[in-house]
Amino acid sequence: MIPTLVVFVYLAIVLYIGTFAFRRFEQRDAEGYFLAGRSLGPMIFLLSLFGTNMTAFTILGSAGHAFSNGIVTYGLMASSSALIIPVTLFFIGTRMWALGKRHAFITPVQMFRDRWECSHIGTVIFAVQAVLLVPYIIIAVMGGGTTLNAVSGGVVPYWLGGAIVALVVMSYVFFGGMRGTAWVNAFQTVMFLIFGAAAFVLIGSSIGGFPQAMETLLGNETTASLLTRERISPRFFLSYSFIPLSTIVFPHIMIFCLTARRMQHFKKTVVLYPLCILAIWLPCVFLGVAANAMHDIPAIVAKLDARALLLNQDPLMTTAQVVQLQQAMAGDDVILLMLEHYAPLWMAGLLGAGIMAAVMASDSQILALSTMFTQDIFTFYGGKARFGEWVQVQMGRLFVVLITTVAYFIALRSPPGIFNLAVQYAFSGYAALFPLLVGALFWKQSTKWGALAVTLWTAGSVIGVAILQANIPAPLPGTLVSVLSIGDLEIITRTPGGTSVLGYMPVVPMTIISTVLMVVVSWLTPSPTQKTLKRYF
Amino acid sequence: MIRWILVFAVVGLYILHQDTWFWETARPLIFGFLPVGLFYHATYSVSIVVLMMLLVRYAWPTHIEDQFEHNSTSRDKRGLSGSSR
Repeated sequence: MIPTLVVFVYLAIVLYIGTFAFRRFEQRDAEGYFLAGRSLGPMIFLLSLFGTNMTAFTILGSAGHAFSNGIVTYGLMASSSALIIPVTLFFIGTRMWALGKRHAFITPVQMFRDRWECSHIGTVIFAVQAVLLVPYIIIAVMGGGTTLNAVSGGVVPYWLGGAIVALVVMSYVFFGGMRGTAWVNAFQTVMFLIFGAAAFVLIGSSIGGFPQAMETLLGNETTASLLTRERISPRFFLSYSFIPLSTIVFPHIMIFCLTARRMQHFKKTVVLYPLCILAIWLPCVFLGVAANAMHDIPAIVAKLDARALLLNQDPLMTTAQVVQLQQAMAGDDVILLMLEHYAPLWMAGLLGAGIMAAVMASDSQILALSTMFTQDIFTFYGGKARFGEWVQVQMGRLFVVLITTVAYFIALRSPPGIFNLAVQYAFSGYAALFPLLVGALFWKQSTKWGALAVTLWTAGSVIGVAILQANIPAPLPGTLVSVLSIGDLEIITRTPGGTSVLGYMPVVPMTIISTVLMVVVSWLTPSPTQKTLKRYF
Repeated sequence: MIRWILVFAVVGLYILHQDTWFWETARPLIFGFLPVGLFYHATYSVSIVVLMMLLVRYAWPTHIEDQFEHNSTSRDKRGLSGSSR
């Protein structure tokens, strides 16, 4: 009961910060609500930008992935992100900021429309970006439900936990806009950095130190491989390094790049970002792996038993049984289970609140969707001119309510594995849109038709992967299903974790083909006018 | 010249991320508990901080920044709402 109360107190504080504490800065115009008046200082910019990226996916998904796959999780996502995200912020984020300042852009689609002299193609880009952002919001609601359910020891059911988190986030985004969201994100980042370290120390000391846990894992042949990367192929590892390209393309990150007061504020973010990643991911991944040695926690033992059953590959097992076992062995809640078992009650509550901090990072995505809708659709098609700026801001708020409600009801269906859902759809799709940004900012000859080709290809390939995976069930671990082959060469394969193209994750061919399409189609079609190009280059 | 060196450094670090040398070994356990593959990537993350400091110091796009430091009121609102072409 105490942990649940601590988490609820935390939620109340977050609600207060986002909704009321920063009203004295309130600007009632659109730039004030959607971009905090382009006035965020360096520390808030860093902490908030980082907090925006720290979601349920990062905290619960990374620990869950490490629980099943081992230390490779850190190399797959964390260290590649530690390089690629700051580099893209350095080269692309600063230029986005400058263009936003110069041309008063609020969304990326406004920039694309102006840069490529197009209107409806911008609408197509908006639609694809918006649809790809929804899974990100859904995993946050799911993470909220999972966390509250685990922290309360099952007293708060999953559906209610998700509803409470969705309501809190929706409220402060609705009232606080970008400034409220940024301050909440900064507060949440500090919370998680402090309590993440506390969880690591506390669990470590409770089990008598981690060396013993590691030796236990190394002493068992089924778990020893968790401390190496032999469960993952080098091609798969390489594929994952394409995923962080998605970060700068996420609309909430691009929009966030416009909120800095000065370009100088990017410097601290670029330098400290890798350290922040290290501070959060390393404990999460390590604790996820170490959970395999926690045989005194019944819920974790149940997961290990389910995994062992699945590995035995009983040929009489039905698809429903396989899915049931996959859900039972999912490790998204292992950190919470360890905290519940090892930490004192009050501390478990504080740590649960810290995890909740990261889980609730969907606020920026919700605000970004609302911003895009009001700017790229409502305003662009004449709504602002007809009804005025006040109505424009209220439309944004209404959209916040709508998108949160829709995401909540989708989250109730609860597909297994936060990690896979996010990676397969949102991350891969945004990585494939990366050539849009590079083309717009660095290549004069890029055209709207090249942009359209990239966008349609991205949408088509994401739908294709989704259809393929919906129609061909995931095979048992260690087995593959051939989908398309030429002779002995396997082109497309259905794997237990998703889909493989020539041994690579779909994100690799998706991004490469996007790049080729941008180049070839742009070469074949007329460039924008010199008048427009002069304003960009 | 220094900018090209930094570009090569970024590419070099990306290549170093695809390490295969600790692929199948957990030992030595650094500090008694950290598998060497995980330690490598933690150290790798710290080395990126150094690279980013150099990028910020020697390759910062001052030509873009200067426009706003000296002329912060310049705004061109062309191409925004309703400017359908």
